[in-house]
This record gives sequence, C-alpha cells and structure tokens, in this order.
Amino acid sequence: MPTDMVEQIVYSRPESLLPVHTHYCPGCTHGVAHRLVAEVIDEMGVREDTIGVAPVGCSVFAYNYFNMDFAEAAHGRAPAMATGIKRVSPDKIVFTYQGDGDLASIGAGEILHVAGRGEGITVIFINNAIYGMTGGQMAPTTLPGQKTTSTPLGRDVEVHGFPLRMCEVLSQMDGAAYIVRRSLHDVANIRKAKKALRRAFEVQRMGLGFSMVELLSSCPTNWGIPPQEALGFIEQHMLPAFPLGDYKVHPAIGDGRRDGEQG
Amino acid sequence: MAKELLEGNRAFAEAAVRAGCEAYFGYPITPQTEALEHMAARMPELGRVFLQAESEVAAVNMVYGAACAGVRVMSSSSSPGVSLMMEGLSYIAGSEVPVVLVDVMRGGPGLGNIAPSQGDYNQIVKGGGHGDYRPIVLAPATVQELIDLTYEAFDLAEKYRCIVVVLTDGNLGQMMEPAELPPMRAVRAASERPAWALTGARNRKPNLISSIYIDPVKEEIFNQQLQAKQREIEAHEVRAREVLLDDADIGVVAFGTSGRIAYSAIQQARAEGIRVGLLRPISLYPFPYDHVRRLAETVRSILVVEMNSGQMLEDVRLGALGRVPIRFYGRMGGMTPMPDEILEEIRKLHAERGAGA
Repeated sequence: MPTDMVEQIVYSRPESLLPVHTHYCPGCTHGVAHRLVAEVIDEMGVREDTIGVAPVGCSVFAYNYFNMDFAEAAHGRAPAMATGIKRVSPDKIVFTYQGDGDLASIGAGEILHVAGRGEGITVIFINNAIYGMTGGQMAPTTLPGQKTTSTPLGRDVEVHGFPLRMCEVLSQMDGAAYIVRRSLHDVANIRKAKKALRRAFEVQRMGLGFSMVELLSSCPTNWGIPPQEALGFIEQHMLPAFPLGDYKVHPAIGDGRRDGEQG
Repeated sequence: MAKELLEGNRAFAEAAVRAGCEAYFGYPITPQTEALEHMAARMPELGRVFLQAESEVAAVNMVYGAACAGVRVMSSSSSPGVSLMMEGLSYIAGSEVPVVLVDVMRGGPGLGNIAPSQGDYNQIVKGGGHGDYRPIVLAPATVQELIDLTYEAFDLAEKYRCIVVVLTDGNLGQMMEPAELPPMRAVRAASERPAWALTGARNRKPNLISSIYIDPVKEEIFNQQLQAKQREIEAHEVRAREVLLDDADIGVVAFGTSGRIAYSAIQQARAEGIRVGLLRPISLYPFPYDHVRRLAETVRSILVVEMNSGQMLEDVRLGALGRVPIRFYGRMGGMTPMPDEILEEIRKLHAERGAGA
C-alpha cells in the first residue's frame, strides 16, 4: 500500500447505537430504522440530551441498542409517558419508537391526544402491518385479505374492519407540525426516510409541535416470506394502501419538496 | 401559620404544592375534581406543570414519565378513575419510581355513585395492579391529617422509591374544616434530580427505567429486592392512633372517616359508662398488625366499622388471630354510618359481655 494514502472512514457505527447484536429477525427493517434514528441524533449532536421511550412489541428492547437514556412504557402508553418526561424536561429531545399495534391499536387514544396537544415529542412509527412479538396476529394496519394467525383466512373487512391510516388521521390535528410517511424497502427510500427523521427531530428542537415519521417496514418472519420478497411486499402491497408523502409540514420548515415526497 | 377554613380536596392539592410537587396530571372525576381545579390554577402561576390528561390511563402514564425524569409528581382521582390507573401503578411499582396518588373514594362497584365510600381498600392496600407490590397507603380522618399526610407522602415516596397513596373519601374531600397548611418548600432544581433519573446521558452511562426482566431468574431477583423493601417499609412505617384504650373492654377498629365517626360514638358510649376505645389505623399498608394483636390481648371484643363490606376486617382478623370475638358493622354503596348506628353496636357488644360475665 502506498504510504501517501490516507485512511478515510466512510461508514461506522453511530455513537448513538450500542455495539451489540440485536434480537431482530433476519430481513427485519427495525435495524435500519434504529440506525437512521441513531445517525440523525449523532449528526444533530443531541445524544446526551435525548430521552427515548420504548414500546411493547418487537422493539420492546430498543433501549438495549440505543446509547442514551431510555424508559420502557406500557403497551400503547409511550406518548403519555413521553408527555410526562417532556413537560418536566422541555429542553430535552424526547422520542417514542412504536409499532403499529402499540400506536394504532391499544395506544390509539394516546397518540391522538399527544398530536392534538401539539406535544413537542417525535414519534417513530414502524408500520409492518402485523403483530411481530406475539407471533403474527392482525394489526390495525393489516391489509384487507392479508393472512395473519388471527385472520387465517385473510383479513375480512366485513368482520375485522379496515386498516387505519395514521398519518392521514393525525395530520388533521392542529397540534401536528410534521407528519410524513416513508418506506424502508430500498436504498432510495431509506435515504428519504433519514431526511424525514432529521426534519422531525428538527421540528422538535425548534418547538414547532408534534412530529411523527411513519416507516413502512418488513416482517418476513410473520409474513412467512423471505427477506427479499418482504421488501417487494412493501412495494407492491403496502405502498398502494399507505401512500408515501408529507401529510403535514409546518410552514416554518418549508413545504418538504426537497425531501422528494408529496402527500 | 394560622388555621383557615379549608375544603379537603383543595387542601391536599395545596399541601402537595407546598411539598414541592412539580407536576400534576389528572382527569376530572367527582368527588375529587376540586383538587384538579386547584392545581389547574396554582401550578402554572408557580411555573410548574399542570396537564389535564385525556383519561386516567394517560394521566398515570404521564405521572410515570415525569417520575422517571426525577421530579416530584402526583395525580388524584376517585375510585373508577383509580381502577383505570392500575396498569400504570403496576409499571411504576415495577420501575421503582416515586409517585404520589390521592384516591378520594366513592360508591361502587362500577359507575356506582359520587357519595363517599371506603370500597377501594382491597384494590389499593393489597396492590391493585398485576404482580407483587404494595404501595404505602395512608388514611386520614381529618382535613388537617389529609394535608399532613399528603405533604409527607412525597418524602416517603422518594425515601423508598415507591408509590404512596393517600386513601380518603368523598366526605373528607368535600368537607370544610379549620386546618393549617404547611410551609412552602422549593421545587428541586433541575440540576439536582436523582442520579437514576432520565436527564440525558451527559458524562455518564445511559440510565434505563423499565419494569421488564425477560429472564425469569432476574425477575425473581428483582422481586426479592422489592419484597426486601416491603419488609423495610413494614418495619418502619406503621402508623396508628390509639384513643381511650387503656381501660377498654371493647376496641373499635376503623380507619379514615369511619374512624372519625366511630370516635363520636365511643365518646357517647363512654358517657354511658361503657369502657370502649378506638384503634384507628393510619397506615393501611403497612397495616398495624401488632397494634391489633395488642388490642386483642387486652379487650374482650372488637368491633370493626367500615364503609364497605368488611375489607379491612380481614386484616383485623389476621392481627387478632382469633383471640377475641370480632363483630363487623359496615355501610356500603356510598352510605356513611351515623354515630348512633355505631353506638348501638357498641351497646350490643357491651350487653352481650355483661350477660356472659
């Protein structure tokens, strides 16, 4: 090797992510989402001022992977817990990391009101259209016809109702400052997701109100398909049901066009 | 500070303010809503946090979050609302963060009514939520005691990193009587929050506050530690008031409002020459079992009076261990016993003893 070559590190573990193995299944996008959140927190230089709230669900152990203060909430209650933390620590960055069952089912009341209040927290919403931790039951975001262990013949909307679109719902709240949906199914979309996460945390730092980034995610284990097909499932089946886009963007941070997504 | 005419609900809220309570989260429910209203006005004017939650479920989790951040925090509610808080209280107990809750009990079960009751004894004193834990439970009988116990509750909660419940009822919450408020304490500076609190991992390792131990071995070790703490609380925090028991043949055991009314009946019975006294448990957990044992060793019979079907009665039986006959008199569903009713029970016990002697 020529001696005049300078070693340049182009890729390393973010400081906000602990050097440990995760419990996530192969092909699961939780790891990608974790890394994006950690990179954004590193880039903003706020790791030591950030408090995370973990949910109940597959990401129940998120605090084992993030290198920052964390609380573990009851199922669905992370937004209420984060409210308590933020109200008495307004100078801290407070975020929750929640799955679709946690946020849109058992925690539907809490997420609605945290958005309505314009609580200055950031919510990372992982939507993979299924319950992961309990082994593949129907989620509030399960697609019509989708087979799960509690809808073995497929989700029959006559019986089980329709999937909830949380960005569309929460963007109606006056307190919401930044509500967007992104996807983690390919590199281009992962890059857009990271930009959105950065904006969401910036919205919080600027004190503009409630921010949420929904991330369409894969669950190959409980969908019963290989990882590569799972990414395809997001693209083919989830994107039409959950359109990507900016559902609410506070005027103070522009119209979001630079992020390349329109709601 | 001089005595003022104070309403129970507003009095305990102001006592909490003066104890340095930095945040209050609650939801309106009769008969405790005046406490929430007092906090709504008082906390913002002091630059502290008041937030009306969307439900008691959310309120208790906001309390949980604020407690994790290391501030003095409380909620107050009444029976149906407290039922909704049980999930959160179990998590709080499992995370060992200090929290104060005031339960202004009302008639039940179900929606019940808004009249005073002591029907939450089992739910509050025995734990309430899932798993093995007990909050410290303090039962005042006067507005003054409601103030004093609420004021002290914050110290106890922090000392043991546990839940302290002030268990009162609609009588005391709605009652006005002369009482003295304690001095104002400053809230803790943000820089003085406890080392375990979630304050941002600056120049230290991250703090985690959680009630999950996925490995049963570790969960059992945590439970053993929690139980050791419960034994410590039981050894140091028993409180009871004993009145006119020195020469008593009959011992009345009653807490809170019932204890206060029983005392009126006891004074009337004394005027009739009946040697009767009162044991009023103030700490319901830890329960004054030794006081009851001593009582059972000195009196010939015990009368337990409650505004429920006999929930504390079981603890009195455990303390007395069959040494003396125990009679129960209770009113339920929001009914408060009159002194005459209790006096009649005392007379009956006295007559039976006379006949047997």
